[in-house]
Amino acid sequence: MFSTVRERVGEVLLPGDEFSFEAEEKISLTAPVKSEKVVCGPGLRRCGDRLVVFKSGVLRHKEPNVFWIDSQQRRYVPAKGESIIGIVIAKSGDVFKVDFGGSEQASLSYLAFEGATKRNRPNVQVGDLVFAQFLIANKDMEPELVCIDSSGRANGMGVFGAGGLLFRVSLGLVRRLLAPHSDIRSDLEQLFPCELVVGMNGRIWVKSATVQQTLIIANLLQSAETMTAQQRQQLFRKVQQGAF
Amino acid sequence: MKDTPLSNCERDFLLKAIEEKKRLDGRQTYDYRKIKISFGTDYGCCFVDLGQTRVMAQVSCELVAPKENRPNEGIMFFNIELSPMASPGFEQGRQSELSVKLNRQLERCLRNSKCIDTESLCVVSGEKVWQIRVDVHTLNNDGNLMDAASIAAITALCHFRRPDVSTQGQEVTVYSPEERDPIPLSIYHMPISVSFAFFQQGTYLLVDPCEREERVMDGLLVIAMNKHREICSIQSSGGIMLLKEQVMRCSKIAGVKVSEITELISEALLNDRKARKAGGKCGFAESMPQERITALKKDETPVEMTDVTETANGIIQKGEAAPQTVPSPVVPVPGVGQVGQGLQNSWGLEDDDEDNYEEEKNDNSGDEQVEEVTKMDVGEGDVVEISDSEEEEVVILNPEVPEKLKNTGSKSHQKGAAASKKRQKK
Repeated sequence: MFSTVRERVGEVLLPGDEFSFEAEEKISLTAPVKSEKVVCGPGLRRCGDRLVVFKSGVLRHKEPNVFWIDSQQRRYVPAKGESIIGIVIAKSGDVFKVDFGGSEQASLSYLAFEGATKRNRPNVQVGDLVFAQFLIANKDMEPELVCIDSSGRANGMGVFGAGGLLFRVSLGLVRRLLAPHSDIRSDLEQLFPCELVVGMNGRIWVKSATVQQTLIIANLLQSAETMTAQQRQQLFRKVQQGAF
Repeated sequence: MKDTPLSNCERDFLLKAIEEKKRLDGRQTYDYRKIKISFGTDYGCCFVDLGQTRVMAQVSCELVAPKENRPNEGIMFFNIELSPMASPGFEQGRQSELSVKLNRQLERCLRNSKCIDTESLCVVSGEKVWQIRVDVHTLNNDGNLMDAASIAAITALCHFRRPDVSTQGQEVTVYSPEERDPIPLSIYHMPISVSFAFFQQGTYLLVDPCEREERVMDGLLVIAMNKHREICSIQSSGGIMLLKEQVMRCSKIAGVKVSEITELISEALLNDRKARKAGGKCGFAESMPQERITALKKDETPVEMTDVTETANGIIQKGEAAPQTVPSPVVPVPGVGQVGQGLQNSWGLEDDDEDNYEEEKNDNSGDEQVEEVTKMDVGEGDVVEISDSEEEEVVILNPEVPEKLKNTGSKSHQKGAAASKKRQKK
């Protein structure tokens, strides 16, 4: 089954397509049988003895055995370990309520910041932006965020400083920006220096030297969603020549 | 559902940008977003896009008794629906403050300005007048719903045609569109509202605020004007103090904008009239632009095609030939019912029934049933003669006729049996 899945990497699949574990391949009696493990990423689900596709998109593969479906959507569904940009809505007791664009609000304890103790509370007000990651994110419980990693260090997370602009994009663009060798990011680096925070919930925060530059970057990223690489590079080049 | 909250950082950035005379989408202070007006196939239905804000207006009319204190005048009724489609903060059915405000403003703009001649809507004084109803539905909220709604309402009213009537004494005959051409409403002038958003206690002003700008604004000034520079209504909300010069300046700007928008509306109406006269297709399907996402576009899409020929052959073989002629109809004795008679319990037959149901679901009326049925039969590769007459007698279906033929037979029967089958399924 591993081989059947492998052949369809790069193809467009629709919900309902399935890969079954039928023993079509001959099992050799002499050679050692290696157990095939297939790790399902987003868009694939195991149903009994079949692998079922439930999102439409392109099938992707990463060595050694990870498969997932690359699909487009704007609505974010929380997943454990993902870092997001949230807006603090309320302070209730020891917990902040944070909106991240999902169906529920997440809770963020005030002790989940680096160096926070009961006496030393973090300086977080209602309406501030926080960059946090999910500790608990499943469909049965209220999502919980933390601003520290497992060793207790902030690692880039926490409250945002002043300034900058927050805007929304689709989840596909966010994944393209966060990919290891992202074209968009390298194109953006050549434009002008800026600070960029990308949340997996489709929110991006940009801060640059002037308001004009910040607006330019925000508009460029929003329009880069629906452009091919060539069009995007053309646009970026035009902006570079026009900018001073 | 609640709206996404506005963070402090966004608010600060927006205010800072406005101080530097910069807007999020690069517009100038007095610029409107791109306005696009498109019409539907029916008279009186129009869509207006103001940037990303989208509203739809529909005008309809009905003959009713007039109000007691105004026996000679027709009735105008306005309604703006804030649909949950437009924004997560809008709830269906609940009258929120914004909805009340918009409704009130639209009424003041269109009713109190007397832009429609209500006396021409009178048919029989004191007994029958036309009630014109304008429904505006908001489809997407990206700020400035008021302007979009007012443009949509007045455009739909200009586009609308009411049926022609004639009176003989107390008798009123309403002619259908086929008998006599419907006539347009008599509209004196087109009031259009222009919104101005104020920031920093009235220091900065922006025309046509988008949704983000609306969230951080201090106050809103809405001026409804027509192209003859007559002010139809002014409303200021938010409790900001405005200077006399500011209001005068806003009214001058509004005058310019209104004349531009009125020209746009007249052009759109003219184009639509030309398209209808030329007999071309008109309606939303034609005016929707082709929106293609070209990122990640592949020239060739690999599709599973290995067993298509076998499956196709299998389907063709399984499908039996439909009869060439309609089996001789049996006229029932009067008093014999036809609903539900003669059909076997077809619950087990899922494919055919689903096909039937799908076809019938798409029907708008019994008239089209015949055409639909013809198409489906032709699709199976055979030609079945079906009479075009809609007045064939209703027949009883014989249980001895084989499944396929019986189904075909049932389809080729008229409105009565087919409609009853439709009712059965429903």
